[in-house]
Amino acid sequence: MTAERVRVVRGWEWARPERPARREVVAAVPELDQAKPPLLFVPGFGHGAWAFAEHWLGHAAGRGFPAYALSLRGHGGSEPAPGATLRSYTHDVVQVAASLPRQAVLVGHGAGARVVAHALARYPARAAVLVAPVLGGWGTLGTALRRNPAGTVPAVFGAGLRLNRRQLFSRELPDADARRHLARLGRAGRRAQWQLLTGRQPEPAVGRPPVLVLGSPDDRVVPAAALTRAARRYASAPLLFPGMGHDLMLDARWREPVDAILDWLEKDPAPALG
Amino acid sequence: MSSSTDLGRPDPDPTVAPTRDGRPVSDRGDTVCVIGAGASGLTAVKNLREAGFGVDCYERETGVGGAWNWRHDRSPVYASTHLISSRPFTQFPDFPMPDDWPDYPHHAQLLSYFERYADHFDLRQHVWFGTEVVRVEPVEGDRWDVTTRSTGGYGPERTSRYAGVVLANGHNWSPKLPRYEGLEQFRGEVMHASSYKDPAQLRGKRVLVVGAGNTGCDIAVEAAQQASRCWHSTRRGYWYAPKYVLGRPADQVNDTLLALRVPLRVRQWLYHWTLRLTVGDLTRFGLPRPDHRVYETHPIANSQLVYYVGHGEISPVPDVARFGDRTVVLADGREIDPELVVFATGYLPRFEFLEGRVLGDADGSGRPRLWLNAFAAGHPTLAVVGLVQPDSGIFPISHWQSVLFARLLTLRATRPDRAAAFGQRVAAGLGERYSGRVKDSTRHWFEVGHADYLRALQRALRDLEDK
Repeated sequence: MTAERVRVVRGWEWARPERPARREVVAAVPELDQAKPPLLFVPGFGHGAWAFAEHWLGHAAGRGFPAYALSLRGHGGSEPAPGATLRSYTHDVVQVAASLPRQAVLVGHGAGARVVAHALARYPARAAVLVAPVLGGWGTLGTALRRNPAGTVPAVFGAGLRLNRRQLFSRELPDADARRHLARLGRAGRRAQWQLLTGRQPEPAVGRPPVLVLGSPDDRVVPAAALTRAARRYASAPLLFPGMGHDLMLDARWREPVDAILDWLEKDPAPALG
Repeated sequence: MSSSTDLGRPDPDPTVAPTRDGRPVSDRGDTVCVIGAGASGLTAVKNLREAGFGVDCYERETGVGGAWNWRHDRSPVYASTHLISSRPFTQFPDFPMPDDWPDYPHHAQLLSYFERYADHFDLRQHVWFGTEVVRVEPVEGDRWDVTTRSTGGYGPERTSRYAGVVLANGHNWSPKLPRYEGLEQFRGEVMHASSYKDPAQLRGKRVLVVGAGNTGCDIAVEAAQQASRCWHSTRRGYWYAPKYVLGRPADQVNDTLLALRVPLRVRQWLYHWTLRLTVGDLTRFGLPRPDHRVYETHPIANSQLVYYVGHGEISPVPDVARFGDRTVVLADGREIDPELVVFATGYLPRFEFLEGRVLGDADGSGRPRLWLNAFAAGHPTLAVVGLVQPDSGIFPISHWQSVLFARLLTLRATRPDRAAAFGQRVAAGLGERYSGRVKDSTRHWFEVGHADYLRALQRALRDLEDK
């Protein structure tokens, strides 16, 4: 992502600052501070902080990483925001990241990865992890229409995007769990949904953060080719976890991807070139 | 994410060639020296670290925040200091202030913001607190000998050699006191605004406030509330802009027009028109008519001054002519009898540790000749950060200046041709201005329009990257 050039003057943004919205932030902090960077988990559209509170937050804290998850406005326990845009979501992420005691690692899942990519241009993250990233564009719509026409077509006309069990989870996940998670799904703002397809691509990241991309080749929301494309943008290759659904943090084998992320961070990855 | 150059400053290494007068120098290799840990110094440390440089920052005080730390003896803030520019214009572009803060935060909030910035990016480990810089001297190879000692002059001096220097020592700490005939025999109390801290100092007194900068207006408003009498002396008529117009912070409205690329003349016309609708004609209060158009002097944002003038709590008076025993004679011949005179007459930038000619100020006028208010000709490894008087927030400007300097230092190693081209650009552009026509004064020579200035800086950054 080096195509765009550095932008200093942002008259419109200064003149029209984003309105504040009450944000839900769930935290799991290790008892002993081990000087590891804090992680900020950013859920994708429809999900809230609860998706990470289920397994990943506690697991990361157990391995010594202070872990935080936020709900984007209009999701989970955050303030309702039907008019939210990608910019408002980005604002939420940068606000929470800057409020953490130390430079944070941003972990975005699904469309949350797109939000993280925008946030990286506004906040010098220690590192970034894109989990099953939905970076947007018309290809995303094509895949969604093919895999889940009934849930996607209404979204094109402004309704909420409905994801089904087969898109999000593997067969290994017990039905009761899958139903519980599906029942908690909300929806993103109408404008944000459209911007995911048509909006401007993220600006280059500030502070040269190293970026890790991971996902599943059996993901029914993000095809393997899209994963490779996303990783190539950040000059790397994706880390793959076959047999898992789109929601890697909720699926039966949730432990493998999060351990891979934490291992990568413990190796203290070098800053990106540039 | 870690660097081998930040292991702390070693003792002077005797193997290195000593300075001209024979003192030992410790060589700090590629490390860059930052002078001052105020807002500009902190962002310089952060951005140089981010670009991979080792940094030694020297701070004469024991905490970060510079001018915004009210505990510092050089801090100009007073109890009621609030921001003049609203939050979006004042925060660092990559570390926003909390969005539940007010539009115009208080100075204590600002200090906590800088302390959080320092902790968040782990900057304190690079700062040598309680250490003041005595001398900065250029040596061969575009390197710098920086001599330091403990603040207050205790302990021995130490000299270290650096690959680059960032001057971020601020420009609001050396008070500018005007000379007046008879000021010495005036029996009342006289103070500069730098020693004004608390409205209790004004309570029940007859107060004359001199100067119509933002500080002068703030103090006049507090005198209106606390003192028994308040005169406000100004040299000329000014435009007193309210902090809110059309239901929004005034600078956000202004930048809407800038974003729409409305030309200066039209903006001035709109501004005059808006002021006429809100503040009204000030000459009916006895204030002089402004002798300039808006945007030609540093903007004064104060909604309360006109309010208190209208309530008779502030008497606007002209310039001071001379002081008597107990009285002050004004330019129009009137005599007033204040007990306390507060000079809100501003500050002068000072670089007492550096020879004037390094910054292109050979005749000692106190006005360095720089490009982008930051780069000196012939010294490619020197940058002045934060020496701007913007019509908006200063911290985003300091941020981008230090980003530019860090890129420049990186390119000196990787692409010397581009760095050399930048050097020519500096020499050609010395003294360039980034605002419309402004009234000349010690306050206005480094006045910049934030949009013009940041656009020039953005151009410089892109030129460095694309060629």
